[in-house]
Amino acid sequence: MATYTLRYVEKKPLSFSLPVLAAAGGFAGLFVGAAQSTMLNGIAGGAVLLAVLGFLALGVLDERREKPVRWGVMALMAAGGWIMGGLAGLIVGIAFGWFFGWFVYWIGEGRYRAHLLPYLTPGQVLGHYAFRVTCGLIFFFLITPIVVVMPLSFNAENFFTFTPRMLALDPEGFSLKHYRDFFTNPDWQQALWNSVAIAPVATFLSVSFGTLAAIGLSSEHVPFRRAIMAVLISPMIVPLIISAAGMYFFYSRLGLQGTYWGVVLAHAALGIPFVIITVTATLVGFDRSLTRAAANLGANPVTTFFRVQMPLILPGVISGGLFAFITSFDEVVVVLFVGSAGQKTLPWQMFIGLREQISPTILAVATILVAISIVLLTTVEMLRRRSERLRGLSPG
Amino acid sequence: MSDMTTTSQPVAPKPGAAPQVADPMLAADGTPLKRSLARALRAQKLRALMLIAPLLIFVLVTFIAPILDMLFRSVENQVVPNTLPQTVVAVEGWSPDAGETPGEPVFEALYHDLFLAAEAKRHTRLGSRLNYEHAGLSSVFRSSGRKVDDVGEVQLDALDALDKSWKDSGFWYALMSGGEGAAGDTAPLKAARGRLERLTGENFGGDAGFVPGQEIARILPRTVAEYSTFALFTAIDDGKEVARTKPWEAVKVALIQEIKRGADLAGYDGPGAAELRAARDMAAGQPDIDFKAAFADIDEAWDEIATWRTISAYGGHFTSGYFLNAADMQNGVDGIEARPENQRIYVMLFQRTLFMSLVICGACILLGYPVAFLLANLPMRTANLLMILVLLPFWTSLLVRTSAWKVMLQQQGVINDVLVWLGLVGDTGRLVMINNQFGTIVAMTHILLPFMILPMYSVMSTIPQTYVRAARSLGATNWTAFWRVYFPQSVPGIGAGSILVFILAIGYYITPELVGGTTGTFISNRIAYHISSSLNWGLAAALGSILLTAVLILYWAYDRIVGIDNVKLG
Repeated sequence: MATYTLRYVEKKPLSFSLPVLAAAGGFAGLFVGAAQSTMLNGIAGGAVLLAVLGFLALGVLDERREKPVRWGVMALMAAGGWIMGGLAGLIVGIAFGWFFGWFVYWIGEGRYRAHLLPYLTPGQVLGHYAFRVTCGLIFFFLITPIVVVMPLSFNAENFFTFTPRMLALDPEGFSLKHYRDFFTNPDWQQALWNSVAIAPVATFLSVSFGTLAAIGLSSEHVPFRRAIMAVLISPMIVPLIISAAGMYFFYSRLGLQGTYWGVVLAHAALGIPFVIITVTATLVGFDRSLTRAAANLGANPVTTFFRVQMPLILPGVISGGLFAFITSFDEVVVVLFVGSAGQKTLPWQMFIGLREQISPTILAVATILVAISIVLLTTVEMLRRRSERLRGLSPG
Repeated sequence: MSDMTTTSQPVAPKPGAAPQVADPMLAADGTPLKRSLARALRAQKLRALMLIAPLLIFVLVTFIAPILDMLFRSVENQVVPNTLPQTVVAVEGWSPDAGETPGEPVFEALYHDLFLAAEAKRHTRLGSRLNYEHAGLSSVFRSSGRKVDDVGEVQLDALDALDKSWKDSGFWYALMSGGEGAAGDTAPLKAARGRLERLTGENFGGDAGFVPGQEIARILPRTVAEYSTFALFTAIDDGKEVARTKPWEAVKVALIQEIKRGADLAGYDGPGAAELRAARDMAAGQPDIDFKAAFADIDEAWDEIATWRTISAYGGHFTSGYFLNAADMQNGVDGIEARPENQRIYVMLFQRTLFMSLVICGACILLGYPVAFLLANLPMRTANLLMILVLLPFWTSLLVRTSAWKVMLQQQGVINDVLVWLGLVGDTGRLVMINNQFGTIVAMTHILLPFMILPMYSVMSTIPQTYVRAARSLGATNWTAFWRVYFPQSVPGIGAGSILVFILAIGYYITPELVGGTTGTFISNRIAYHISSSLNWGLAAALGSILLTAVLILYWAYDRIVGIDNVKLG
């Protein structure tokens, strides 16, 4: 049986398409013009170019010639870019050509209505795309700072901004010297090793205590459950500076201030809420009859825990552990107060670098840390999906 | 965990005990079912608590105890009564309304307290403590500690000139211990130990190599007390032999004062009896030691009522001074009053912290709502992909994001470069976007935005799309359908996100410290300053307590509205 979907995709009149294309071209031309320091020429040139292209593609040539036309536009713009800005211009030109080749047909053939409800008024369509663009800008705001850091870390100069040579994609403008500094400078290496020595131990403490407690908390009859939960989550809520101050005074009395174990204990306390939250969330979907079945078949509680319960809640435990790890690995306020120079961690070294002498090595470290967080994020996402699949919660 | 161990072993019912109709229902082992169930439940509860206990104890010790300890610091004032124990007691009867400084006994007590404090080098600590309440006292205590041994110089010289045995350490040792084989009295030694331990916070246990004589301790109590303190300090702290060390001037001053006041030497025949009597006769001819004049000579602040008002007001073991200070107030002449205009800073800082947190929270709502809406209404696959753009900043180190903003917002930074390149600003008119409130707000909005989007998204993804469609089919416009149907259902998400963002924002330290300059800093930065630079820990603790109270109220509200169990991460 054929399904009939109501679609409202039809070719638009040139009186609509050409002005829209000209406006878009003008906007893009503004940036090209700015690069050549003639903004007005850029706007006018862009508008004319796009209007002519639109007329050719939509008015003169047939719709079936779409593919060659799009390649042609791309080639044209790439050539223009090459003439104006060399290698970097070529890349920008190809991107522009690809986009405008698509855009001409998207507007002219009315494809922009393809996924929308057919009864929407033009104003609503505009509103829909305005909303999408707004969201796009917010995503841009979220991701840009992280993305900008990466290319800057390959800067050959000791600047925090893109040099002309970098913008021209000149290989001379790039270098690995900040990475080399990170891997050879004893300060950074010491900081890296301290971080690596502290975080896993703190994670181990949080995960082992936290998992046990989460299992206890998830059983049906726990007195004072709410109060206990509030205490256990509090390290995440209390401002770090207050935790740091309290620990500084208290650990000094115990002789733990400025020692490795002081920092480990403090970080373990800070990581606990994350373990509790993720593990209890996993336990919500845990079927208790499985443990009863195991007991019924003669398993003792320890066997039941390791052979039945643990494999099922393992994804939650691991992601809780990763959260605890990243908490300790990123933590700077508490270690500033509880630690001494011997426990200087990577974030501490970065903090000093940012506050006192701002050295571009920080950007190399930042890029490495971003790479680490991408790996951790991917792992956690995969674990979450696996756990949902195990519990049959999600269709995906 | 399994439930198999809760019920006790089933026991076969006894042959003769056939269940009777009137009896309550019985379990398999013959106990009433109710009690059996209660026992099973109790065992379950106990097991759950035993699983929680290790973590609970861990968190209580490593986290809650430090915070309580810090809260206690905000009212604690041990340093004044521990450093000036006798002065604080003596000054109790004095009132600033009398219009003059306290009398001689108070100054004499101050002399002995200050002398010991200066020997133990603890007087500067007291000075800096009292300096928080009365500016200038720090230097008063420093100079007084240096010159306190000049008090009563005339009388001391006269004593030394009278008989050279008064300069002899062995003679003093014999006099104070009552000679060999004399009955000892350990009470003054114990008191001295307590005094020193309270003053220094160190352990003064151990053998001083000296026990005061019973007889002399009865006749010259204060001299013996001072000598015992000297002996303990010399033996434990300096590690010297008491019998070979010359006693402090304070001991001699105590002796002069006591014999002048008519100590009963009549029946005394222990070591140094003749010298004591000679000294008494000599002292009778000498003028009294004028402690008040001597102190006024060292520093005229001692002659001011304001100084003594501060000492008398902050002599207790607990104080409200730090909290008053945190609220820009002080304990003035007519009770609690506002501080002078130029010293008010904390109320302004609290206001700024609140204001900026609200702005950040509002910016997060504005930016987070559309994104959460989009994610909740897109197909699952696309939404998951876009979610990565939200989660990546969430997982990225705070310092990486802060340094990224520093790179972006600087005057020679990326944003300014782009603006100059576009010709929107001239090269000389680059915008100042960092080291001010703007920089802090932008960077913190970026850092906290995921904490707003995630709770909003989890609420919005549970709102059925059919409601909006139903509203539309009933004739609502796009806007009405959103505002009257969709938005009210998404309010819990806004609430959860806002409280979370607000709680995190008001306690922020790192980002304001790095990009805030002077106008964009929060109260946390001031707390950190007082802990690590100005060392006014009591004030830091008081500011921290106020901040903590605000956060805990919000935390409580969050728990009520959202429930801490419902916090989701990613």
